[in-house]
Amino acid sequence: MSGAAAVLHGSADHAARFESKAATREPALVKWGILALSLTFFSIFLLLPLITVFVEALRKGWDVYFAALIEPDAWAAIKLTLTAAAISVPLNLVFGVAAAWLITKFEFRGKHLLITLIDLPFSVSPVVSGLIYVLVFGAQGWFGPWLSEHDMKVVFAVPGIVLATVFVTFPFVARELIPLMEAQGRDEEEAAVVLGARGWQTFWYVTLPNVKWGLLYGVILCNARAMGEFGAVSVVSGHIRGQTNTMPLHVEILYNEYQFAAAFAVASLLALLALVTLVIKTWVEHQAGKSSQQSEE
Amino acid sequence: MAATNSTRVLPGFGLSLGYTLSWLSLIVLIPLVAVFLKAGSLGADHFIAAVSSPRVLASYRLTFGASLIAALINTVFGLMLAWALVRYSFPGKRLVDALVDLPFALPTAVAGIALTALYAKNGWVGKLLEPLGIQVAFTPLGVLVALIFIGLPFVVRTVQPILEDLDTEYEEAAVSLGANRWQAFRHVVFPTVLPALMTGFAMAFARAVGEYGSVIFIAGNIPLVSEITPLMIITKLEQYDYAGATAIAVVMLLISFVLLLIINGLQAWTAKRTGRER
Repeated sequence: MSGAAAVLHGSADHAARFESKAATREPALVKWGILALSLTFFSIFLLLPLITVFVEALRKGWDVYFAALIEPDAWAAIKLTLTAAAISVPLNLVFGVAAAWLITKFEFRGKHLLITLIDLPFSVSPVVSGLIYVLVFGAQGWFGPWLSEHDMKVVFAVPGIVLATVFVTFPFVARELIPLMEAQGRDEEEAAVVLGARGWQTFWYVTLPNVKWGLLYGVILCNARAMGEFGAVSVVSGHIRGQTNTMPLHVEILYNEYQFAAAFAVASLLALLALVTLVIKTWVEHQAGKSSQQSEE
Repeated sequence: MAATNSTRVLPGFGLSLGYTLSWLSLIVLIPLVAVFLKAGSLGADHFIAAVSSPRVLASYRLTFGASLIAALINTVFGLMLAWALVRYSFPGKRLVDALVDLPFALPTAVAGIALTALYAKNGWVGKLLEPLGIQVAFTPLGVLVALIFIGLPFVVRTVQPILEDLDTEYEEAAVSLGANRWQAFRHVVFPTVLPALMTGFAMAFARAVGEYGSVIFIAGNIPLVSEITPLMIITKLEQYDYAGATAIAVVMLLISFVLLLIINGLQAWTAKRTGRER
């Protein structure tokens, strides 16, 4: 769902087409009014919060900033966040590719239901996403007694954090790939198979080159969400400092202890990650636009 | 789910079907079923008591009220922003276009503390609003601000591609038939954009209803005043009231499913109206 709104599209500039004709041009006053209103709205609600993160992070100087980042609990949080993303992103990558292959290369009954089910995690509140794993693996849950008998912990431990992360990022890669592979059709793959290519060869040499930018974009979005997830992880983490705190949870703890500069310092790392994500996204859209132009020529 | 195409050439149907269904069941479906089974074991009285206590009812009012207003505001300004991005050239356009997706990429907790710092009494925006007697941080108004932030990209990104695909000839035809600019927009452009606009509205609304991270910092979380429904689940969990938390979760899940169906319907309508693939 939220992925559907973020599906890759080419980045061609259309303004010239509309501005060059009288019929599709507004009076100057209307144009400037729309520009002023929409850009003010954009600045207040998007730009200012982003700038605030960095200003607040550096309010007490670079020394305090770096001290907040190299402090052991912050380090542990950074490492845990990287670990959770390193496990959950590849899992969702493999799933996304398999699901997209299934949905776009074959006809079968229940396909639309399957697509809806894959999208489901997008529409579930993050808090509920965490809760479902507490109900399955928690002390009171289905497997709780069995897990504690075998001295294993899922909830309030790293496995729970990974599971919750996998859940909230579940549809990202599939969502990006399905429309692309749908548009690509099956002819090229079928030709490859008829010519004697094996399944994996077909995927690797025929399908993958066609969808590589969309795939990369899906992985990047998936990673950004995996590293930044707050609500779901908050429910399953147990908030044990230095052990089950991810970066967003560490931000919350620091903030609630009134260590604002430190909280914003850690937050600024996550904001940088978001900016890098957007830069790569813009670049990928540019590449995708170029390669679709080439294929049209 | 048997393949209906008997002349399948491509390999991997069985493997990808098996893998997709097992992983989907393991990660998504079985845990979701757990919530309903747990809620089913509660008994009707307990369930109704948990989902209709005064504090929870107040949280529904705030969550749905603020989500609705935020989605409406995003619909109006999102359409304007999409319009500006498609139809006008202005300096910094590429930057604005890229940053529209910020709420997708920025972790919600980061957005939450940034908005709180901005709208607190000594914050950049809060300072300006204080003399006017407007308090945003730690009031329901703060919830609204956070939900506007989180929902902004949905309307822009659903409307933008439709506007880009729109041929100039329809508006030219309208003008040659004597329509003025407003009439051309009202009767030619707007009906084409409407399904996408409603899809964006529904997506922004659905996202806002479940939102947690960006809201809890700025909301102040005062019982009966500025507590959102997802926070009620957390509160119940902290009191080890798993049954109560599950009951509220079921209500939220059912609402999410209904919204998902509505959004799917709207997307189908968009596809039909504009001839675009979903």
